[in-house]
Amino acid sequence: MTSTPTDQSSPPPALKVALFITCLADLFRPSVAFASIKLLEQAGCEVTIPLKQTCCGQPAYNTGDFESSAPLARQLIQQFEYADYVVVPSGSCAGMICHHYPRLLAGEWRERALQLAAKTFELTTFLNDIARIRRGDRPAVALPTVTYHDSCAGLRELGVKAQPRALLKELCDREVSELQQSEVCCGFGGTFCAKMPEISGKMVGDKLANAVATKARILAGGDLGCLLNIAGRAKRSGEDIEVRHIAELLVGDLDSPAIGQGK
Amino acid sequence: MKQTSHTFLDNAHTALQDRDKAARRDFMALFTPLIRNAAMDDFGHFEELRQHVKEVRQHTLDNLDHYLTRFEREALHNGNHVHFATDADQLNSIVLDICQQHSARRIAKGKSMVTEETGLNDYLKRAGLRVMETDLGEYIIQQAGETPSHIVGPALHKSAAEIRELFLAKHDLGERELAETSDMVGEARKVLREHFLKAEVGVIGANALIAENGYSMLVTNEGNGDLCANLPNVLIVCTTIDRVVPRARDATAMLRLLVRSATGQPQTCYTSFYSGPRREQDSDGPLETHFVLLDNRRTEILASDYREMLQCIRCGACLNHCPIYAATGGHAYGWVYPGPMGSILTPLLTSLEQSNALPNACTSCGRCAEVCPADIPLPDLLRDLRHDENRQKLSSSRWRLGMRLHAWLARHPGLYHACTGIGIAALHLLGQRKGSFTQLPMASGWTSERDFPAPQGKTFMHQYAALQRADKAREDKSAAVAKPPRRRARPGSGKASGERQEPGLRADWPLKPDPRRPGKTRPGTAGGKGTGKGKPGAHPGGPRGKKPRSRQSDDR
Ligand code: SF4
Repeated sequence: MTSTPTDQSSPPPALKVALFITCLADLFRPSVAFASIKLLEQAGCEVTIPLKQTCCGQPAYNTGDFESSAPLARQLIQQFEYADYVVVPSGSCAGMICHHYPRLLAGEWRERALQLAAKTFELTTFLNDIARIRRGDRPAVALPTVTYHDSCAGLRELGVKAQPRALLKELCDREVSELQQSEVCCGFGGTFCAKMPEISGKMVGDKLANAVATKARILAGGDLGCLLNIAGRAKRSGEDIEVRHIAELLVGDLDSPAIGQGK
Repeated sequence: MKQTSHTFLDNAHTALQDRDKAARRDFMALFTPLIRNAAMDDFGHFEELRQHVKEVRQHTLDNLDHYLTRFEREALHNGNHVHFATDADQLNSIVLDICQQHSARRIAKGKSMVTEETGLNDYLKRAGLRVMETDLGEYIIQQAGETPSHIVGPALHKSAAEIRELFLAKHDLGERELAETSDMVGEARKVLREHFLKAEVGVIGANALIAENGYSMLVTNEGNGDLCANLPNVLIVCTTIDRVVPRARDATAMLRLLVRSATGQPQTCYTSFYSGPRREQDSDGPLETHFVLLDNRRTEILASDYREMLQCIRCGACLNHCPIYAATGGHAYGWVYPGPMGSILTPLLTSLEQSNALPNACTSCGRCAEVCPADIPLPDLLRDLRHDENRQKLSSSRWRLGMRLHAWLARHPGLYHACTGIGIAALHLLGQRKGSFTQLPMASGWTSERDFPAPQGKTFMHQYAALQRADKAREDKSAAVAKPPRRRARPGSGKASGERQEPGLRADWPLKPDPRRPGKTRPGTAGGKGTGKGKPGAHPGGPRGKKPRSRQSDDR
């Protein structure tokens, strides 16, 4: 327990959380992982990080290479099943664990996958619905205008919609300037964006145009894949909008350059 | 119909170049979900009814032989002829035989995707018959020599101006303006009326076959189905074996979702039930009626892992909600059925070799499954087709090898962290000034459309390990001078170990290593006290209550 309890009554026991960093945050955006740790600790959780974690197996799974994906699923289950909760700063990786591991695995491993699924949560869902993070007497994090892209897997597999908005309100006192078609895919789709670049380019172009139309300074989201896609497109077309992960906003980490931006 | 699914990417490229048509598709992609959602909100029982419809569909498919036999018996009892066709050719030849028996030369045809699948029009035309499509959309594309771009609105890709030009060119009706849409509709109606009156045989499809009474059900908005069914002396209903439902009330339950999903209407303008030929007391109706029930690989699908696809009620909602369909339009898919349902049906009904691009035309965004009134897990089926593609080595070997390599590396955490540590540090150094790359070797697919964001710094795992080392060093030092150990890593503490702090990295929280060695399972913790504390509904947990699909390979 490191956060200050907001009242003086005895604090509830710390929730023991294992953080799955996700490979994209590990490789491209460590600040998302650091921000996640900070948020979880502010919410009174005890965070551990299994050091041998790598990738959840989603890339292979989505391209149809189930045989390569299954060992990664088993590896992740082994690494994380000790925890009371597994928290993931990505809707699609959490969705992979919650929905797809039980489809991918059979027998005993399927049982273990189901048990892991039951305690695995996407970051904003966990913070808002389970750990119920509150600002308490901390000052609200100051943010410029924000619009939000609802990444598909989080939205449809896990029902992530209200949670990031509620957290922005609670911790940053910031309402989201909603973008049109916020629930339509940005065209990332894992390997889809590289296999069908022209179609993907059309989709991300539409997404960016809708985001820019809100005149928000920042486009936030909960899935790095989508954010890398949108940020890359914004950079290419010279649009002046910052793309950042929701966790960075919630801890007020605006000093590091936005995704795809230079120093 | 000539299949061009294997050139999906080229077809899509061509489609995207036509700005006017692309803009029309964008508009439809905004508009059709709006009207569907409004209709469902108004209705209020989408989820309950879709679960019911799904159950009915699954039950029927589980007992398909029973219900088909029952349907056949009842239909025969009503005075119909019932034919079963195993494949497209057989359906076509049955229809031609019937036409020839009646020396028919003119056919009035209602909208039917099944006859698109079998290529009936061309077949009959080659035998010298004149087939006139009577659904307005089908009529337009028939005149234009095109194929449907959508299973519900076959001519949605055509603008009013194009249709006007088409009618002026095709209808020999002298000087006229056709300025308004209503003028064009009026003209089509006039031309079609002639044909209805002269046709000797009517051919229609069916939205459902009702086993308990042997009726077929058809919905249209133009009433053309009823004219095809009632004016000619002979009626042929062409449909597939999976259209059967047990009871009339199952057909109407399905109808409530079908129409709202398709066009956002609570009800189509015409909903007709066809029982059989004219009876003695009837003043009109066909003298002879036939059902031709096509299999065309449906029984194979029924026995496969793709059986859920047979629950489809052909509403078109998955097309309307698919961002890839919106981008490319229906023709890019290169066969009869486009969009998500088409990307599954086309490989199953033709071959995966010819159409393996289609299951890849999917980002697994799940919007189709969200609205599908038959609750078909479309993205899962598409992924399963990619699995088949992968196993049959139809996908590019570069991709397959890349995926296998990545997965292999990720199974060796030490090596993975070492390799990614080096690679990412290098990419970061190269890209940190600009923040992204406009070109990267092996990433042309990505960089053709967008920049490639550079990594923010060293990998998290690398930074985290450095912080841990620093923490440990400090604790050791503190212990040596008998001070209480410091638990907190302070901002900038990374420097203690000579590690430069990365931009945006704040270390003002305690960083604790996993107390239990990672990779070791503590018996009894899994599913322990932490589970089930969440808000009900906040976390669906588990694979949507699905039974596992029987596709796992032995080595999993
Ligand atoms: S798959 Fe579902 S949404 Fe698509 S046409 Fe069939 S019933 Fe409609």
